[in-house]
Amino acid sequence: MHIVVDLNRCQGYAQCAFLAPGVFTMHGEESLLYTPVAPEDQRARVRRAVAACPVQAILVGEEAGAGAR
Amino acid sequence: MLGEPRDGRIVVVGASLAGLRAAETLRAEGFTGSLTLIGEETHPPYDRPPLSKQVLLGKVPADRTGLPQRRRLDADWKLGVRAGGLDPVGKRVLLDDGADVPFDRLLIATGTRARPWPHPDEAAMDGVFTLRTSGDAAALAARLAAGPRRVLVVGAGFTGSEIASACRERGLDVTVAERGPAPLVGALGGTLGELAAKLQRAHGVDLRCGVTVTALEGDGRLTGAQFSDGTRIDADIAVIALGAVRNTEWLAESGLAAGPRGVTCDAGCRAFDMYGIVTDDIFAAGDVARFPHPLFEYQLLSLEHWGNAVAQAEVAAHNMISTGPRRRPHLTVPAFWSSQFGLNIKSVGVPTFSDQVVIAQGSLKDARLVAVYGYRGRVTAAVSVNQARSLEYYRHLIETAAPFPPAPGAADQRESPVPVPSDVPDPKLLSHGPTVALTGHLPDRRLTVVQPAR
Ligand SMILES: Cc1cc2nc3c(=O)[nH]c(=O)nc-3n(C[C@H](O)[C@H](O)[C@H](O)COP(=O)(O)OP(=O)(O)OC[C@H]3O[C@@H](n4cnc5c(N)ncnc54)[C@H](O)[C@@H]3O)c2cc1C
Ligand code: SF4
Repeated sequence: MHIVVDLNRCQGYAQCAFLAPGVFTMHGEESLLYTPVAPEDQRARVRRAVAACPVQAILVGEEAGAGAR
Repeated sequence: MLGEPRDGRIVVVGASLAGLRAAETLRAEGFTGSLTLIGEETHPPYDRPPLSKQVLLGKVPADRTGLPQRRRLDADWKLGVRAGGLDPVGKRVLLDDGADVPFDRLLIATGTRARPWPHPDEAAMDGVFTLRTSGDAAALAARLAAGPRRVLVVGAGFTGSEIASACRERGLDVTVAERGPAPLVGALGGTLGELAAKLQRAHGVDLRCGVTVTALEGDGRLTGAQFSDGTRIDADIAVIALGAVRNTEWLAESGLAAGPRGVTCDAGCRAFDMYGIVTDDIFAAGDVARFPHPLFEYQLLSLEHWGNAVAQAEVAAHNMISTGPRRRPHLTVPAFWSSQFGLNIKSVGVPTFSDQVVIAQGSLKDARLVAVYGYRGRVTAAVSVNQARSLEYYRHLIETAAPFPPAPGAADQRESPVPVPSDVPDPKLLSHGPTVALTGHLPDRRLTVVQPAR
């Protein structure tokens, strides 16, 4: 599961860091750092984070061009 | 335009953020023809912002920033091959491996690359790096993890400053050399530049402004550097952060308005030829594009912003499969973020398009604030430091050309109610290239002097 957060849109509300702390962490007061490739066992948590983000800044999906290598 | 716009052959050159988002939009909006993505890198599209943040901090491996796709693309990917030329009459992209790829419509999304250190012998030394690709980031992150004695960062723009921040967070000694008067001053002007300088020093960076690096020393392996003020340091790593170069060389013979500033296009992302005539089948998006923006007096903007690559790619793709009045303009207010020294810096508008700046909320002392920029009495940009939630309000002011200085915010006290000059230096004074460039009104300087490419 691949993740990208639109950090222009992200407001640092930290819901994601609360729901999936293994993938999203706050760095300083307002900056979000995340793991762009989430481990399998985090899928459910990440999906909850996606749904909870108040500004819908989190996009998850299959890796783009995965078969193209 | 020949044929049905939703059918035919579309070729995208540049398989990164802009290329990917354009391809997805084409399919999402019903393009059923053949879709080919050509990319010089062997990797499928990946995200670059984490390279100077999570990756250099050692939290994420460099080859693990692959972008998620929004939908299935049903595309033909040609990765690891560079487009070397464009035949606009025969409508073919000429690949370096000798093949050519015919198209009905073409998207140019070749982005930028790191500006190299100007002395090739010095640049080739072990320990000298640039940072643009995941390969660059992997190599640099490995060396940082090995615990160098001192890192030299050349150029204190956003990338250079983020690299210095990651080094300090890892406990590494770091020297930053910047020709201009302060870090970030080229993008944010004097007031926030001063704040950035203070922050870097407070975090233990050996910051040297107003100097240039005159030589990188070493015998095959970097050992140190000399500065224009006569001083020198020992360093085993140097990261060259001198800004970016637009990947337009492959278009030199194409007759397009393509040059060092990018590929000039109209607000609908259609590329201009060198006479300033708009093409109908060649489009541009992302870091490589240069486009007019009505909020900034229709000057041509060259942006190196993640958000611009996404938004412009979506507009370009829409317009590639839409005719006449259904086409849309790319009018998004420019925006970017940066994360460094524990601070979240976000910008909307074009701070360099300004003559004055005022701290509208918060204070420099607390490093929590919103700086609002104005040009001739109207709001043109706002930059927040650890105050991102206020920015949306100012974006609205920019979009509506609200008067500058803005009315005081209801809740917050102003540090200095009086606007001061924004002190945006001439980019020539900076070590690094600007990530936002206002480049005037002409599609291309070659309008007046048409000479064959060397
Ligand atoms: C270290 C780093 C940190 C960043 N941090 C931020 C940030 O915090 N916030 C922000 O807003 N932006 C940031 N950016 C900028 C952001 O990553 C870019 O704006 C974005 O990548 C632009 O996407 P693009 O697709 O237009 O171009 P690029 O990502 O440059 O992609 C262009 C692609 O085209 C390929 N290509 C070039 N020439 C050819 C050719 N002739 N034939 C075939 N393929 C070719 C290249 O190999 C490349 O893969 C950062 C960039 C870097 C490097
Ligand atoms: S929940 Fe959304 S807005 Fe909040 S920190 Fe996460 S991504 Fe940002």
